[in-house]
Amino acid sequence: MTFDYAPAPESRAVVDIAPSYGLFIDGEFAPACDGKVFKTVSPSSEEVLSEVAQAHADDVDRAVKAARKAFEKWSALPGAERAKYLFRIARIIQERSRELAVLESLDNGKPIRESRDADLPLVAAHFFYYAGWADKLDHAGYGQNPRPLGVAGQVIPWNFPLLMLAWKIAPALATGNTVVLKPAETTPLSALFFADICRQAGLPKGVVNIITGDGSTGAALVAHPDINKVAFTGSTEVGKAIARTVAGTDKKLTLELGGKAANIVFDDAPIDQAVEGIVNGIFFNQGHVCCAGSRLLVQESVQDELLDALKRRMQTLRVGDPLDKNTDIGAINSAEQLARITALVDAGEAEGAERWAPACELPGSGYWFAPTLFTGVTQAHRIAREEIFGPVLSVLTFRTPAEAVEKANNTPYGLSAGIWTEKGSRMLWMASKLRAGVIWSNTFNKFDPASPFGGYKESGFGREGGRHGLEAYLNV
Amino acid sequence: MSDRLSVFKTYKLYVGGKFPRSESGRVYEVTDSKGTWLANAPLASRKDARDAVVAARKAFGGWSGATAYNRGQILYRIAEMLEGRRDQFIAEVADAEGLSKSKATAQVDAAIDRWVWYAGWSDKVAQIAGGANPVAGPYFNLSSPEPTGVVAVLAPQESSFLGLVSVIAPAIVTGNTVIAVASEDSPLPALSLAEVLATSDLPGGVVNILSGRTAEIAAPLAAHQDVNAIDLAGADAGSAKDLETAAADNLKRVLRPGTTDWTADPGTDRLLAFLETKTVWHPMGV
Amino acid sequence: MTWRYARRYAPLVTMPITVPAYGKEAAGRLASMADVTADDGALRRFLHGLPGVDAVGLEARAATLGTRSIKTTAKAYAIDLAISMIDLTTLEGADTPGKVRALCAKGIHPDPTDRTSPKVAAICVYPDMVATAKEALGDSGVHVASVATAFPAGRAALPVKLADTRDAVAAGADEIDMVIDRGAFLSGRYMEVFEEIKAVKEACARPGGTSQTESGGGSAAHLKVIFETGELQTYDNVRRVSWLAMLAGADFIKTSTGKVAVNATPPVTLLMLEAVRDFHAATGVQVGVKPAGGIRTTKDAIKYLVMVNETLGERWLTADWFRFGASSLLNDLLMQRQKLSTGRYSGPDYVTVD
Repeated sequence: MTFDYAPAPESRAVVDIAPSYGLFIDGEFAPACDGKVFKTVSPSSEEVLSEVAQAHADDVDRAVKAARKAFEKWSALPGAERAKYLFRIARIIQERSRELAVLESLDNGKPIRESRDADLPLVAAHFFYYAGWADKLDHAGYGQNPRPLGVAGQVIPWNFPLLMLAWKIAPALATGNTVVLKPAETTPLSALFFADICRQAGLPKGVVNIITGDGSTGAALVAHPDINKVAFTGSTEVGKAIARTVAGTDKKLTLELGGKAANIVFDDAPIDQAVEGIVNGIFFNQGHVCCAGSRLLVQESVQDELLDALKRRMQTLRVGDPLDKNTDIGAINSAEQLARITALVDAGEAEGAERWAPACELPGSGYWFAPTLFTGVTQAHRIAREEIFGPVLSVLTFRTPAEAVEKANNTPYGLSAGIWTEKGSRMLWMASKLRAGVIWSNTFNKFDPASPFGGYKESGFGREGGRHGLEAYLNV
Repeated sequence: MSDRLSVFKTYKLYVGGKFPRSESGRVYEVTDSKGTWLANAPLASRKDARDAVVAARKAFGGWSGATAYNRGQILYRIAEMLEGRRDQFIAEVADAEGLSKSKATAQVDAAIDRWVWYAGWSDKVAQIAGGANPVAGPYFNLSSPEPTGVVAVLAPQESSFLGLVSVIAPAIVTGNTVIAVASEDSPLPALSLAEVLATSDLPGGVVNILSGRTAEIAAPLAAHQDVNAIDLAGADAGSAKDLETAAADNLKRVLRPGTTDWTADPGTDRLLAFLETKTVWHPMGV
Repeated sequence: MTWRYARRYAPLVTMPITVPAYGKEAAGRLASMADVTADDGALRRFLHGLPGVDAVGLEARAATLGTRSIKTTAKAYAIDLAISMIDLTTLEGADTPGKVRALCAKGIHPDPTDRTSPKVAAICVYPDMVATAKEALGDSGVHVASVATAFPAGRAALPVKLADTRDAVAAGADEIDMVIDRGAFLSGRYMEVFEEIKAVKEACARPGGTSQTESGGGSAAHLKVIFETGELQTYDNVRRVSWLAMLAGADFIKTSTGKVAVNATPPVTLLMLEAVRDFHAATGVQVGVKPAGGIRTTKDAIKYLVMVNETLGERWLTADWFRFGASSLLNDLLMQRQKLSTGRYSGPDYVTVD
């Protein structure tokens, strides 16, 4: 007899997904002007969850007009009143958090343990945090009575659909802007549920508009002449295209893009916690994390024992049904993403790196990829340079702290990095040398609304979170 | 009236702490506001721009790694050196901008005072731009500003000296290194400033100064993959969009051109424009 | 670190064949590590060379394991397993033979209404109650565990502690739960603690038997070493003391006496499980783990079993290698067990109060 965990599925009954959703513009749901729709599927089963509207450029225009119309009153509201709307939203998110967690796991494929214990608590916390800023902007270090920008066009990715929405909408509303937000094509549902939360909170019409669609919708939004602010989280490639689009305009731009973070383990690291940090760094959210610790840099003197421990730990990872409460790794978000991961992993093998994955049964339908690590990786390999955005870890080695810094910084990206050592002075030295916006020392993938997040170099610019996050939405 | 023939100065570029001629061998004629010949200035090429980027990158580690106190001392030293050569700069600015001596004096004095203002910021900017973040967990969490890296600066076209100082000083005081493109028509105060910088303990490569056609030099700088940011203060409206578009290739931080009164209190905008916020987390536990 | 040692002790590199800590071969394996216990300096260097423990990371890992959802068949399995791992304990000044006999009866048949309930692993008593317990338990297979060595403070001279131990063994104790000298450990006198554990282990030998024979008649009592982790305070100390005790020959390492403010916690237990895992990887010697004190609910007990399962694996999921030092836990497990079999919630009137 062995201790096999019986299936422990979270109930789907808490979520009521409508067969179709329109665009949320000016407080009303309406179909796209040309009636186009697309399907959103559950990546763990390929089941069609719902049909959503594909917004046309004219719909984008309508949404921007609604936001523009709402801006005058919204920005003129006393900060304390805006704050109360945001507090309401935060509370409703808390009340509906189980529903939203299940929805997120269904539409995105992430494990319910993460949507329940990470995404949703952070979503509510983000609204709470920025709610409190709304009536304190005079004290934020941006001068007296700092003004909002106007209408913010926001485009968010599929990896943390609701959390990225919170990161975009909370500071925008707190500072008095109105928004048009486009969720990712593969994960539109939680943003549409958020529209309902805005309704419950009594948020004035047009302050938040949600338009669903593909890349063309996003492109129409960022190119719209009457938006004042573009905030984008997603790939570096698209980020660059957006930067070109807004060039020569007055639109303020913040970009939170890709990464290829080094997670650096020294021989004096707390090994067991380092292993957990590595696992959390690359397998959290299937590795669909821009700040994922996708390059493990391990000191040669501790390489064998660390890799033994890491492999042993990887064997306990449970891959499967995102709604099972014991699942550690859920489904890859889409067939496209799975193909990209597979192609890069194939490239890794072709280039001579050694691939390893624990024995792991993957479900028959849906999109899946086993947690994988590559050893014998060099800086020249594609898997050491390109963002895989999947549960794939590339292991490289170093001999000295200086070499670790050099290798860690040898990338066009600069979003995050990890350091594992018990020596405080070395940690601080490393932290000062690493060219990345977030440094996790003896921890990884920690987020907090009070903590600024954002990258150096091609990982983008601007910060989200904390006092710093206000700047992106203020005319300063 | 002496019949002594004066000695002209050969104006050169300032790259990596040295004073080279343009590798292209080209110069262009610089005149005063009435069209009288003043000097031949180097007409920098795209290769000069490339060399300047290499020099700026090489200097970045040491300069950004220096203590804030040390950087502040050096900026203050620049002010001291300028004060000593005040008359020279008043004459050059008067010629360059067609100003009366008293107006030129005001410009130069303001420029010297601006170095002093920014010098004092070196060890304070982290205290206004960073701080501890009260995260909901057992973590020490600290955000601090760090220099963006190599910054290309298109100096203002009209304000040949005060404007120049007003864009260079805020970039370097926080630890960035700079390639400055001097005012196209009035480059001489900028080229003379290089002589001051070279004698102010400022490490070579921290500031590099190029003269020539702004559009010609700016294009390769905006596209350069090893430049982290660009200040478009001196770009004309027509080229600014193209430069910003080119800058998107490696996601340079772009400070767009605007209408700036260089005599006004500069505030902290330019100081904060070329900073990255780094946030460090560390657990607290026994 | 363990793997560094695994490499140092070359013959053991390729996953040494597992031997139980109480078995004959264990002594040989420990002898292979003799250089690290050769003198005070060597022992100190070894213990301080163990990898550090990041408290926040350890606690986060324990908390995450605590979110495992154990349902239906897995829950039924876990409940019976937990019952079979209980050292049902009474350690009160007011203990009487009557109280101990009642506890023994409960240990053999925990649920009077359901004879399919497994029996507990052991009855844990003070040394003077060993004979009573032994008699009450008879050939039921339930062991008698006795605390010893001036439990719980451990503040007595070594000869007194050894006499305490020998008395309990002579009275028939199958298992001895000793306490370490926390004062000596905290003041850095590691060798003193090491030697004391070794001496107690020798005192566990039964007259007529040897100290290193298999369990059974005439065999040595198995030694559980209690650290009182609530007094050691830091996780680094817990990892060090775990290695120290295992190097000295502990058959089990145990968190707590149950007599101080902080007893077993999930992170401390997880850390001890990791130490046991690493010690096993380095030497092949299998050592058991016993969290004690404060584990009162089925939910808690299952969290511990999940930690064992995902840290050490199946080999440790038996009463031979994992125990719960507990008293009230048993009734909660029984009520949950009744709920699983009947489908309705049970109540305290349907389990025995002892």
